[in-house]
Amino acid sequence: MPLTFDEARHLLSRTGFGGTPDEIRGLIAMDRAAAVSQILNVPSNKTQTAPPRWVHRLPPLPRERRQWSERDRRAFREERKEESLELKGWWYREMIASRSPLLERMTLFWHNHFTSSLQKVKWPPYLYWQNLLLRLHALGSFRDLLIAIAKNPAMILYLDTQTNRKDHPNENFARELFELFTLGEGHYTERDIKEAARAFSGWHIDHRTGAFRIDLFQHDDGKKLVFGKSGAFDGDDIIALTIEQPQTARYVVEKLWREFISDQPDPVEVDRLAALFRAERYEIVPLLRALLLTDHFWRPEQRGALIKSPVELMVGTIRLFGLPLDDPLPLIRYGRKLGQDLFDPPNVKGWSGGTRWITSSTLLERTQLLHRSLRGHETGHAASMKGMQNGSESGWLTTEPIDVVQAVLLPLPPVYPSAPADERAQSVLQFVSDPVYQLK
Amino acid sequence: MGEGVSRREILKVAAAAVPLVLLAPPWIEHLWAARTFEAQAGAGMFQRVLILVELQGGNDGLNTVVPYEDRAYSRARPKLGIPRDQVRQLSSHFGLHPALTPLMPSWDAKELAIVAGVGYPRPNRSHFRSIEIWETGSESEQVLDEGWLSQVFRRFPVPADFAAEGILLGKGDAGPFSGGQRRAIALRDPEEFLRRAGSVHPVSAPVSNRALAHILEVQREIWKAAGDLQARMRQVPELGIEFPAHKIGKQLQVAAQLLAARVPVAVVKVSHGSFDTHAGQLPHHHRLLEELAEGLTAFRSAMVRHGRWRDLLVMTYSEFGRRVEENASHGTDHGTAAPHVMIGGQVKGGLYGTYPSLTDLEDGDLKYTVDYRSLYATVIERWWGLSATMLVQGRYPALDCLTG
Repeated sequence: MPLTFDEARHLLSRTGFGGTPDEIRGLIAMDRAAAVSQILNVPSNKTQTAPPRWVHRLPPLPRERRQWSERDRRAFREERKEESLELKGWWYREMIASRSPLLERMTLFWHNHFTSSLQKVKWPPYLYWQNLLLRLHALGSFRDLLIAIAKNPAMILYLDTQTNRKDHPNENFARELFELFTLGEGHYTERDIKEAARAFSGWHIDHRTGAFRIDLFQHDDGKKLVFGKSGAFDGDDIIALTIEQPQTARYVVEKLWREFISDQPDPVEVDRLAALFRAERYEIVPLLRALLLTDHFWRPEQRGALIKSPVELMVGTIRLFGLPLDDPLPLIRYGRKLGQDLFDPPNVKGWSGGTRWITSSTLLERTQLLHRSLRGHETGHAASMKGMQNGSESGWLTTEPIDVVQAVLLPLPPVYPSAPADERAQSVLQFVSDPVYQLK
Repeated sequence: MGEGVSRREILKVAAAAVPLVLLAPPWIEHLWAARTFEAQAGAGMFQRVLILVELQGGNDGLNTVVPYEDRAYSRARPKLGIPRDQVRQLSSHFGLHPALTPLMPSWDAKELAIVAGVGYPRPNRSHFRSIEIWETGSESEQVLDEGWLSQVFRRFPVPADFAAEGILLGKGDAGPFSGGQRRAIALRDPEEFLRRAGSVHPVSAPVSNRALAHILEVQREIWKAAGDLQARMRQVPELGIEFPAHKIGKQLQVAAQLLAARVPVAVVKVSHGSFDTHAGQLPHHHRLLEELAEGLTAFRSAMVRHGRWRDLLVMTYSEFGRRVEENASHGTDHGTAAPHVMIGGQVKGGLYGTYPSLTDLEDGDLKYTVDYRSLYATVIERWWGLSATMLVQGRYPALDCLTG
């Protein structure tokens, strides 16, 4: 059965940053399976935006640092601050330009799953490398991603594996591996953590090359007891043991359900999808296909049942309205105020999301941001709305009938009563100001 | 006296240490008490404000209130231990981290109470689970949806003319206000808030979509709070006290402005961190404690000056303390019990509770001596004069650390 306009809109808004009327209509002729296949067909995970010029630099070595004056140190911090902004701006630009919105959304999903922050890692190139790693595996194999992330420089610094030594194991990575990356709270013991931490001892990065290596002098090759199994496990063994736990698949499926369907995962369906995920050897695309083809995803009551994250709201609005972007700095600032600072999640659990995106403070910020963007303040261009006002803009906002514009912008009927508006620009502003615009 | 006892200095009588039967009246008496207070609750007691200070990330209690005489301390902390000559001595066994020196005038004025060994049974070492336990007042294995303050205000609503039950400053979730349909307002800058709130139009349409219902609820909160704040904020008096420019200083400055303007609110929450010092702890922890102490000192001065200090009770909390033994990264891993402080014009200063033994450990961590719910019982029963039946069920006795 071919999709309706609203179903096609739902699919685009849940798997990307929303669709223009043409993108929506492009899916209408298809049935669910074909439309989902089209969404999942991401031809390349290469980025389109040129990265900042410094992304291949390596950090200064400790012995250099020791000779620094206070002034050198200050200059160093200032440079990193600049680079951090450039890195954030780079990703915003990529999300806005991307022809594969699903790839961006999944990269963001994994960034929020395997969190690392500039604040702790303090070396922006490492976060850039991590972003490339996340996009490389974003639609690949969860197992490969997990193995690679454990050896990723930003992660090794973020969760202190770098200082995990034989004599003094640091538990940070082992704990979050179980609690946040694979099993979820309550599915392991404190003992499992302590033992697993030993297996990751000596897993360091060599700052001279930026490469992962196992420091055999710092690695504890003794026997460990994890999940009731014992052996002279190293980190790879621990990851393999974790992947074997059926709970890992359930945990990941549940999180993806919350990302794409609703905040109330259906336990029966989660079990079914988790079994499929394991049978597919943790390949992400087959799982996403099955997830997007569940009845739950398509139920009319799911439309507009999730709240757009700050990044989705900003990137989606810019893409949909075709707003030009000279300088991503305002997006970075607003992202921070709205509670989603890219590459700087609040803590290792990432952004809680859902209804927590909206507080009295962030709701007011969102409204202000939307008004300012449409008036061109935040992008440096007053073009968009003015264009609409004098009818010179050729985009869909001026050419489509008003009920189509509403159906594109809003997943549900507006809450505010519609005031009579003479001008197209005024009607559009009304739709965007409606609380329903915050939903996806 | 055995070695264990001498090391564990017995401080002021810890309510928690007294046998349960003596402290917990029969439940029937509690019900009676609840009824009497319920009638009054709206009237007067919420004029007293609770200032909650969240120490995000798990503060290292051992390096905050330092057992500087304990050899087990110096053994466990060869690199991170605070040397005896740097500690600000509070007693012959305990002292404050030197960065907390700005708090010494409060200590000398007997307005600073330190409760040792605060924690809970079968401690959870996950940040997220443990802070959830603290903020909902639950057992270790019990998952509650409603924050402990939401539970209190559901039972004892704040007066209708209050701007909000709570004002949240700084980052962080609604935490103790979560769940329920309670009114807690997140503010960064009150003036900015008012300017923008003008664009909010509350809608009271019934909706089944929970995401939308949440947004509409937040809109109503904004609308109500803006109306109440408007009048008050027109007459914010000059604080006359300089606040430090860091984040916690700024949060406490906004709190001081709201309180000086007598905005009616029962709780103000600020947050500070991150105290998750797994690596390179010394300079980081020093800075955090110093900022906290500077901020609180300015706050106290401002509130004394504006005649509000006796209406305020400042209380810290954190998801856990940290492991007794330092790790190889010059840091500390997640632990269990830790001291917390109460400061205010009606606080009876001193050391409360029993400092946990540093040798009688459980999985390398301190055994708690005061249940964290005793802090809540103190706030609910002694500070607000409410019955705490629902939340603490008489099992967690209030501490006798307030004068009024």
